[in-house]
Amino acid sequence: MTALLTVILSFIGALLCGFMPASAHQRIRWVALATAVAGFAVSMVCYFDITDGKFQHILGEAENWIPTLGISFITGYDGISLPLLLVTGLVAICGVLFSWDLDNRANQFYAYYFALIGGVYGVFLSLDLFLLFVFYEIAVVPKYFLIAIWGGVRRQFAAMKLVLYSFGGSALVLLGIIAIFFLTKDADGAIKSFNLLELQKGEVAAEAQTWIFPLLFLGFAILAGMWPFHTWAPTGHVAAPTATSMLLAGVVMKLGAYGCLRVAVGLLPEGAQEWATCIGIFAIINIVYGAFVALKQDDFKFVIGYSSVSHMGFVLLGLATLNEIGLTGAVLQMFSHGVIGALLFAIVGTVIYTRTKTRMLDELHHLIDRMPGIAWVFVAAALASMGLPGFSGFISELYVLIGVWESLSGWILIGAGFGILMTFGYTLVKIHEAFFRERKTGDAPKVETPYPAMTIPEKVGITILLGASLLIGICPWILTDKITPSLELLLKPFAN
Amino acid sequence: MTTTTLALIPLLPLLAAAVTSLMRDGKRASIVAIAALLGSCLLSLIAFNEAWAMAANDAPKLFNVPWLELGKTKINFGFVLNPLTGAMAAMVTFVGSLIFIYSAGYMAQDKRMARFFCYLSLFASGMLGVVLANSLILFFMCWEIVGVASYLLISFWNHKPEAAAAGKKAFIVTRIGDIGFLIGILLAFKVSGTLDFYTKGGTGILEQNLTSHMAFGYQAATVISFLLFIGAVGKSGQLPLHVWLPDAMEGPTPVSALIHAATMVAAGVFLVARTYQLFDDGGTLPLVTWVGAITALVAAFIALGQYDLKRILAYSTVSQLGLMMVGIGVAGVSVGMFHLLTHAFFKALLFLGAGSIIHGCHEEQDIRKMGGLAKPMPFTTIAYLCGTAALVAFPFTSGFFSKDEILMGAWANDRGAFWIATLASLLTALYMTRQCMYVFRGTHRGEHAPHESPPIMTVPLLILSVFALGLGALVKNSLMEHLHPFKNPPTEHEMIVIVISVLVALGGIVLGFMIYRGQVLGQAADPLALKPFERKFWFDEIYEATVGQLWTLFIIISEQLNELLVFIRDLAVELASRIGNGFSIGGDRKLIDSLAFDGMCARLRCAGRTVTRPQNGFLPGYLRLIALGTVLLGALVLWTR
Repeated sequence: MTALLTVILSFIGALLCGFMPASAHQRIRWVALATAVAGFAVSMVCYFDITDGKFQHILGEAENWIPTLGISFITGYDGISLPLLLVTGLVAICGVLFSWDLDNRANQFYAYYFALIGGVYGVFLSLDLFLLFVFYEIAVVPKYFLIAIWGGVRRQFAAMKLVLYSFGGSALVLLGIIAIFFLTKDADGAIKSFNLLELQKGEVAAEAQTWIFPLLFLGFAILAGMWPFHTWAPTGHVAAPTATSMLLAGVVMKLGAYGCLRVAVGLLPEGAQEWATCIGIFAIINIVYGAFVALKQDDFKFVIGYSSVSHMGFVLLGLATLNEIGLTGAVLQMFSHGVIGALLFAIVGTVIYTRTKTRMLDELHHLIDRMPGIAWVFVAAALASMGLPGFSGFISELYVLIGVWESLSGWILIGAGFGILMTFGYTLVKIHEAFFRERKTGDAPKVETPYPAMTIPEKVGITILLGASLLIGICPWILTDKITPSLELLLKPFAN
Repeated sequence: MTTTTLALIPLLPLLAAAVTSLMRDGKRASIVAIAALLGSCLLSLIAFNEAWAMAANDAPKLFNVPWLELGKTKINFGFVLNPLTGAMAAMVTFVGSLIFIYSAGYMAQDKRMARFFCYLSLFASGMLGVVLANSLILFFMCWEIVGVASYLLISFWNHKPEAAAAGKKAFIVTRIGDIGFLIGILLAFKVSGTLDFYTKGGTGILEQNLTSHMAFGYQAATVISFLLFIGAVGKSGQLPLHVWLPDAMEGPTPVSALIHAATMVAAGVFLVARTYQLFDDGGTLPLVTWVGAITALVAAFIALGQYDLKRILAYSTVSQLGLMMVGIGVAGVSVGMFHLLTHAFFKALLFLGAGSIIHGCHEEQDIRKMGGLAKPMPFTTIAYLCGTAALVAFPFTSGFFSKDEILMGAWANDRGAFWIATLASLLTALYMTRQCMYVFRGTHRGEHAPHESPPIMTVPLLILSVFALGLGALVKNSLMEHLHPFKNPPTEHEMIVIVISVLVALGGIVLGFMIYRGQVLGQAADPLALKPFERKFWFDEIYEATVGQLWTLFIIISEQLNELLVFIRDLAVELASRIGNGFSIGGDRKLIDSLAFDGMCARLRCAGRTVTRPQNGFLPGYLRLIALGTVLLGALVLWTR
């Protein structure tokens, strides 16, 4: 029961916020904060309850929902979903903190916000493919409204794009899981169930895996921002209000990656092996290409948007390794990018934007002198994003790279190395452009007035996210000890 | 020494960095930082003492702490204590402490002094981590911390656009090397199954024989050592990645002394020394020798053409680092490390002296605007001349002994490298004489009257001078004995090498005197500052034209590709909306609505209208119809009959 509380609490929070009057935005934000904290607290309980690699807190029985179709309402979590539950909780809290002054229809905003979060928790907890798909769709709808109502420039366009891409992916996923439903067989014949625990007992014929795997993987990977289906991500991130772009980058992209791992790789091992190199190459393209495009952006938020695409490449690369170390790296990278991506979006989208009123790098003028505290926080966040030792990104990239070398070619490793270098390049160049140089367009302001210092909610949010990244960077075993046993179980079919 | 006390060496400065990051008062921050580093200096000296008691071929003392598990392998965070570690740690903390104290005077006027000491402490902690690390991964992590601290410190005066740009450049260029290093680490892990240098069971990377494995079609040891060397080239400013180091002089002078002369840039050489076994097994030592030799020569030429006081020293550092590489390449760890240690002292001295000169000349760095400083700045001048003597290897200074060992090794193993190193030494004497003539002789050419620096700055200078002069003779034998492995045990000293070495040093000085004695310095064209030297052999321009262009090309390609993808995406959305339009207008509105549903309705209405028209309540009409009906009925009756 405990784990499912995350979903229930979020939906209750959504209802509560939705039914409060819009004028009471100061009370609403406390309700929202309480809801988010409660969700995180439940995930923490889940953290301490996990003992081995198996699914914990299994709730529901087989075929209790629509028995004729083998659909059940069954939830639980293991070491793979746990880091994602945690990161969802963290980002949810910080999203509220960074929207602290929101007063435009705050009641509806948080209603959609927590509906989205509830859906996300649901995906991570589902042990039934159909249920997973339902939650997956629940998560799509609020995104549309969050962007279309509270977004920035071209918000309707971006919202539309995001939803079209999401549904496009969903269509492939649906095809894939129906194929799994029909084709998974054990000794007694077809299983005809959507229940993950049942499905794991049987297997799909190798020839069928060859074509189901790309369907499923692609369907999920669209949401993970895989090249060349990544273009929804930067536009969506940029148009979205800060809290939403934090969720999009931090959590929603992970939904896709989680689906790839849990469903595509987990149920179709032979298909995965067949396509591994192909995924690896796409992952490298993601990393390098995202970095190059980020280098060329003028809008600060687009830089972060493309950096997300680049970082998700490491998740895909980890998935392509199909070994324990590489997959651990992929899951760690999901956590790490969840935290850092959200942090970067928060700083750029709220902390800097509310002060400068512009995100165009050409219009920023000497920020290092005018907002020194914020500038150094951003530099710290950027160092984390570059994967410097001491931050979580280093550990996850290390795991991924070692994993790559174990099962893929050394040349892919060199490609990834080049990608890391590129990440370094664009991050430093953009830091330079944003903070250290003079305004390039228009006249420089005559008086270089300092900007107001960070507010308390901003400080708290930054501390939480940066702290989480540092903690995992220094003590990675906090997560790896939980992730690895579960991956061992997931990887059992690969042994044969 | 226990694990804890050894761990305290890097942890004390780290703690100081954490504490000073929260402080605002610069003075108090400097006290905290200095106290912490003095503490680790004390511990390092104890460690040094213990390490020095070990015989050359003793197994090193290991202090491993498990960190995380990679699959079945445990990754340790650990420290190693052997003479190499001990000597390096003692040097870093000792020179570091002096520079810290000097900085307290140098930065006293700066508003952000507390931040400065925070970064300095962070740097010291990372550097000591590099020195002590017993695993490649810890080494690399600390190596990166050092890089970050260097970036922060170079761009410390970020109101200067050049400083911010230089920091960025330094970080990116060294990072190119780091990627090679990282891939090397991963390969080492793959091949050997461990990341520890040494393990208790004797299965560490340096204790295994990796020659039997293959990677990329070559022997693993060759590939690994080559990749590690790329990292060393980046960090130690060797050709072709040396371009960042002279630019890094934009940082405050104590930073140049500590990071870009004495410690961090030597980390690359230290890396080669630490993993010497791999280079030896892999047969990559000639590469090390030749990269070092060419770097030494090219940088010495460039130094001849520079006018910026600190840039001359920077190119001199690049050149000397090249010599250290030659030393390791031809004669082994002990020779390279000997020059590294002596160089740390005299180059730190020269930089701090330069800082004192710049401070005294009101932040002037152009040697053409100096001159005649010997009188107003006596202590600084004496100290600077001591440093110069050591750098040009004046007989019986510390630089003389260490350079002599390098030349000796080169003579025995690689004559080509020997002659290049000799030429580089001649140039060293030449450019240092040139610089001293510009700075100290003649009359002052600047605008403000120069003044001597306060004792907090001059005392460290004088202490360093003593070491610059005397250290070489003091430690030579002991060092050669303790640092292993020797490549070729030193043979009897060949007289010819010593003679050449002395001749070159003295000859360079005399030559410099002859050339610059009659010159009106600062006004006439400099006879030795030829165009290629002054323009640094156009390295920056060449990179801009090749790598820079390629880079831009890549960006443009990616951007265009992205435009294409965005276009396709928009096209897809457009198509979807067209199809939607088609369905909604053509399908729904025209076909289903107009034709089918609405059409049906319209026809119904039309039919209704037609049907209702006769029933208009007009009596004659009805009658007419009744009459018509009757006639028709009658006709029907008649016809059916």
